[in-house]
Amino acid sequence: MAIAVVILLLVIATLIFHFVSPLYGWWFTDIASNWDMIDTTVDITFAVTGVVFVAVNLFLVYCIVNFRHRKGLKAEYDPENKKLETWLTVITSIGVAAMLAPGLVVWGQFVTVPEDAADVEAIGQQWNWSFRFPGEDGELGNVDVRHTSVDNPMGMDPEDPAGRDDVLIFDQTVHLPVDQPTRMLLRSMDVLHDFAVPQFRVKMDLVPGMVTYQWFTPTVPGEYEILCEELCGIGHFAMRGLVVVDERPDFEAWLDSQPTWGDLMARGEPNLAAGQAGYAICAACHGPQGQGQPVLNAPKLTGLGAWYIEQQLAYFKDGARGTAEGDTFGATMAPLMATVPDRNAMRNIAAYIETFEDQPVETTVTGDVARGERLYTTCAACHGADGEGIWTTRAPRLAGASDWYLVTQLQNFKSRVRGAHENDIYGSQMGLLADMLPDDQAINDVVAYINTL
Amino acid sequence: MNVTLLFTALVGAILVLLLLVRQLRTKSWLEKGIITEDSFSTLAPKRVGLFVFLGVVTSLFLLFMIIYNERAEFPDWRPIADSRLLWFNTALLVIGSAALQLARNAAGHGRLSGIRINLTAAGVFTIAFLVGQIYAWNQLTAAGHFMATNPADAFFYLLTGLHGVHLLGGLFVWAKATTNAWQKPDPEDVSQAAGLHLSVQLCSVYWHYLLLLWLVLFYMFTST
Amino acid sequence: MAYVALADRDHEQHLHHPQSWITRWVFCQDHKVIAIQYSITAIAVGVVAMLLSSMFRMQLGFPDSFDLVTPDKYYQYVTMHGMIMVIYLLTALFLGGFGNYLIPLQLGARDMVFPFLNMLSYWVYLVSVLILMASFFIPGGPTGAGWTLYPPQAISAGTPGVNGGILLMLLSLAVFIVAFTMGGLNYVTTVLQARCRGMTFMRMPLSVWGIFVATVLGLLAFPALLVAAIMMLLDNLIGTSFFMPEMLTMGGQGEHNGGSPVLFQHLFWFFGHPEVYIVALPAFGMVSDVLSTHARKNIFGYRMMVWAIVAIGGLSFVVWAHHMYVSGMNPYFGFFFATTTLIIAVPTALKVYNWVLTLWRGDIQLTVPMLFAIGFIFTFTHGGLTGLFLGNVTVDLPLSDTYFVIGHFHMVMGVSPVLVLFAAIYHWYPKITGRMFSDTLGKWHFWCTLLGTYTVYLPMHYLGILGVPRRYWSYGSDFIPDSAQSLNSAITVAAIFVAASQLFFFINMIWSLRNGEKSGPNPWNATTLEWQTPNTPAVHGNWGDKLPEVHRWAYDYSVPGEARDFVPQTEPPHEGVVSGRDHGVEH
Repeated sequence: MAIAVVILLLVIATLIFHFVSPLYGWWFTDIASNWDMIDTTVDITFAVTGVVFVAVNLFLVYCIVNFRHRKGLKAEYDPENKKLETWLTVITSIGVAAMLAPGLVVWGQFVTVPEDAADVEAIGQQWNWSFRFPGEDGELGNVDVRHTSVDNPMGMDPEDPAGRDDVLIFDQTVHLPVDQPTRMLLRSMDVLHDFAVPQFRVKMDLVPGMVTYQWFTPTVPGEYEILCEELCGIGHFAMRGLVVVDERPDFEAWLDSQPTWGDLMARGEPNLAAGQAGYAICAACHGPQGQGQPVLNAPKLTGLGAWYIEQQLAYFKDGARGTAEGDTFGATMAPLMATVPDRNAMRNIAAYIETFEDQPVETTVTGDVARGERLYTTCAACHGADGEGIWTTRAPRLAGASDWYLVTQLQNFKSRVRGAHENDIYGSQMGLLADMLPDDQAINDVVAYINTL
Repeated sequence: MNVTLLFTALVGAILVLLLLVRQLRTKSWLEKGIITEDSFSTLAPKRVGLFVFLGVVTSLFLLFMIIYNERAEFPDWRPIADSRLLWFNTALLVIGSAALQLARNAAGHGRLSGIRINLTAAGVFTIAFLVGQIYAWNQLTAAGHFMATNPADAFFYLLTGLHGVHLLGGLFVWAKATTNAWQKPDPEDVSQAAGLHLSVQLCSVYWHYLLLLWLVLFYMFTST
Repeated sequence: MAYVALADRDHEQHLHHPQSWITRWVFCQDHKVIAIQYSITAIAVGVVAMLLSSMFRMQLGFPDSFDLVTPDKYYQYVTMHGMIMVIYLLTALFLGGFGNYLIPLQLGARDMVFPFLNMLSYWVYLVSVLILMASFFIPGGPTGAGWTLYPPQAISAGTPGVNGGILLMLLSLAVFIVAFTMGGLNYVTTVLQARCRGMTFMRMPLSVWGIFVATVLGLLAFPALLVAAIMMLLDNLIGTSFFMPEMLTMGGQGEHNGGSPVLFQHLFWFFGHPEVYIVALPAFGMVSDVLSTHARKNIFGYRMMVWAIVAIGGLSFVVWAHHMYVSGMNPYFGFFFATTTLIIAVPTALKVYNWVLTLWRGDIQLTVPMLFAIGFIFTFTHGGLTGLFLGNVTVDLPLSDTYFVIGHFHMVMGVSPVLVLFAAIYHWYPKITGRMFSDTLGKWHFWCTLLGTYTVYLPMHYLGILGVPRRYWSYGSDFIPDSAQSLNSAITVAAIFVAASQLFFFINMIWSLRNGEKSGPNPWNATTLEWQTPNTPAVHGNWGDKLPEVHRWAYDYSVPGEARDFVPQTEPPHEGVVSGRDHGVEH
């Protein structure tokens, strides 16, 4: 008997949970694309399955209550009832068809991209996003993984003229114009990924070796998180990007400020002499050979990849780093950036720093190296097993770095002093990973291990 | 895709057949008393087991063939070169299979000498086939086609290897049957003769199957 | 021994009676001992998988509070949890355990037709389990590729266990498939060939039907996994490019060229979807027998139940790509697979109706097995209905790869089959051990399990609707409200509660082994053959001197005009009843 009551209560509880959950936010996010048809198919499915769920279980409750064993009760001998079974088959088939038909209609729309859709390419790699717009000719240039290098991270074909005007977004944030049907072409540089924006409702995997697509029309300006939803390794959960849906003029202004592949190719080699001149002011704190000065809280720069230094300089310059409350040492960088006029100057300085010879620095941090080694397994996925840094994962070199600096930065990442700025998405990824270090002891342990690398 | 459909159709057909079987429509609650209806129970368990096993092997190789055909459509596919040796090997296996058929016929007529000679010949030719296959591998590696050179090569090594493993398994049973056949028969023991008869029969079924499988694989290798 | 007439079947099998302790309990060819060996091993690895889930649930429910489950460990635990539960627990326990125990007993056979092969099957299974467990102890640990093992990620840098874990996993799967094939050949051949006199196909209990069709599915589907595993091993070890494309790896060029990862997914799910039914069909069958026995009523619509099992088995081969709607395969496949998937809902729904209709006008005994069976109807209805969301291609778009999927498949393939397993273990425990279990402990176990698991999985669906992705070590995301994290904490508490409450089960099983009341041969007054054995527990050879003969179908409960409310299958018809098939056949 108790089982009948409990099943009845479970049905009621399920219904209550269902209707209450939107109040707590356990429901679809507000839709921001044209795909409200998808929400409709979900609603239809909820209606049909909800009725069946309640009906079957209430009948089950009824049976248990009425036909539970009592003295003198005898079961009926009832091998089959063709008529009843036929009816049930027919009704079930109708219910199934009622869900399937609208689903197929909407799927038909999903697979048919509208003629006026604009192409954008999203490129996934472990564990970050970048983007490409076709430029004025409306055509994306050829790409191949084999062309990929630190100067050509997207693998653009240098020979293909169609690629010259492609606008390359080396950032995890992409802007899209509102009310513009968009075909998102999806390309992976390494493993499977998935481009999903919950507010847009649609998603599709990125498969290395082929280009997949999805289409949608953003309808509400705002910022929406891009989630990778196909397991792609240790950093999967941190592989986030951002779609900013803009009014068209804002979008166009943003797009115009981004470099084309032609611009990048025209830059030529970095100018080391200019870099040396630009570095003069850095040398005051970081030392003439970039060896760092702990007393001035200036970390060692030597050994870091030029791509990383350039990126951090850019962050300092536009306030993505060093502006958060609590980042006192980072804050000293911001005024100094006034002496570095543009991205090209940053590139020159970074290239100059790369020419320094690496010298070991004194270690100051001690901790449980064995535990640090265990924890470092996760770090190794991006920073390399020897802490050598890997440019494709945007992870700088750790081996040989100033250890006191690593400790401060890990603390900053964990407390979101660093990486919280919306333009520092690589930093925000690091924040998510720094969460695995529960306390300062763990931070010291892992840095102590890095000291041994 | 065609092969995929073929496989689906095959599975579908088996199940539709099952559904159409009259037995499945009986209202068994109305039947009382002992009913003997089916043909399976009269077969030897080993025979039923062999056919079920061949079903599994078919599934395994069909799936490989599906993947082979799908993979062959990618642009990096370089088909393997024609090999006269493979034709020669095929002939060896045909002879092996035919010899087993003769052994089976001999068993049907109770001619022990016929069983002995043909059974032995079948094994010898099959071993020759396997040696020939290994020789074909050597030819291929000598020509610079290693397993990782191209997917076509990889499939060739893999599928011929798997086919060979299945033949080796068959040879194990064959070895037992042949030893039996050459032992002095005990006229008192009826089950000994029946057992030999069954082994020869089942071996011949298995050999014919593996010959057919090889022909399909061979066709596939040469036609893509 | 070629052609043996039915009547002589008794003399056909020369049973190797055990001589010593070793041959009796270790290297034993008796199907009942092998069944127990299979079951204990499967349950033991299942406990490992359950503990793993408790550990990663701690991370999900209470992030930042400890560092036991770092991201790499998290992915390893999730992967091992999934693979162990699906393959090494559920498949092995349903088919290796119950398949082995029930088939010969319910069909009136002395043993499986190939007892030696059967024994070998268990030992090979044990080897596969040991290989899998070994991966916990090698440098780098087990693979963290997710239980789907998708390449390229499964065998490229950035995935935990890429050095040795994945190799051991693939090897273990290959060995498992060999073990399964040996067992499966036995089950199918035994069902086809070794039924006792009078046991026609349509007189077989639904347990046997479910196990039989599931085994056929397994024999046809596991080769797909074998093919995938072999080819991935070669890609990994030799550098072939079956599945591996050109790609970057850790900042450099990979060595592969031109392979197709989607091809692997097709193979995997060609196995993976039937695998769902390899687990579900035996559960369907066994729960039917439990319901019928404890409701003292024949199973409603027996023919429909058999047809549904066969139809579901067949259809399960043409729905696999519904796992791949957003995989990048040709999107037009979506139309076909959504249609086939929703069609499969019809026979499945009919089964649910028939279970409830079996209770209707029954005489329901609310025993422990019956409670579990009723719990199954509830959770399976829930899990089956949420399947309609994911099977329908458009509805799947927002829900795919979210917690909705986790909630769905745990409800339909985790909770429901496990409830049946418990129902079955309690139901057949008296036959297996000769003793009754403790009713009180059994009821505690039931309530904790049902309520606990529902509390775990119901909220997950709503997290999924919100868009929370699966396989995330932590969230820290803009659109996930704090209330979602509180829900996650609640789920963790419930999950650990469920895990802990399984102690009721283990205590009950072990305690009752010695202290349970003697059950007698047929404590539930059931009709099927296994309850009619001359000894309880049944001894080697099952039937003493003479094999049973079957005179009626398996569900003669509460037959009008009979003195007792059940008539065993072995009972001959009353005098004057015309025996034979003719009035059974539809004209």
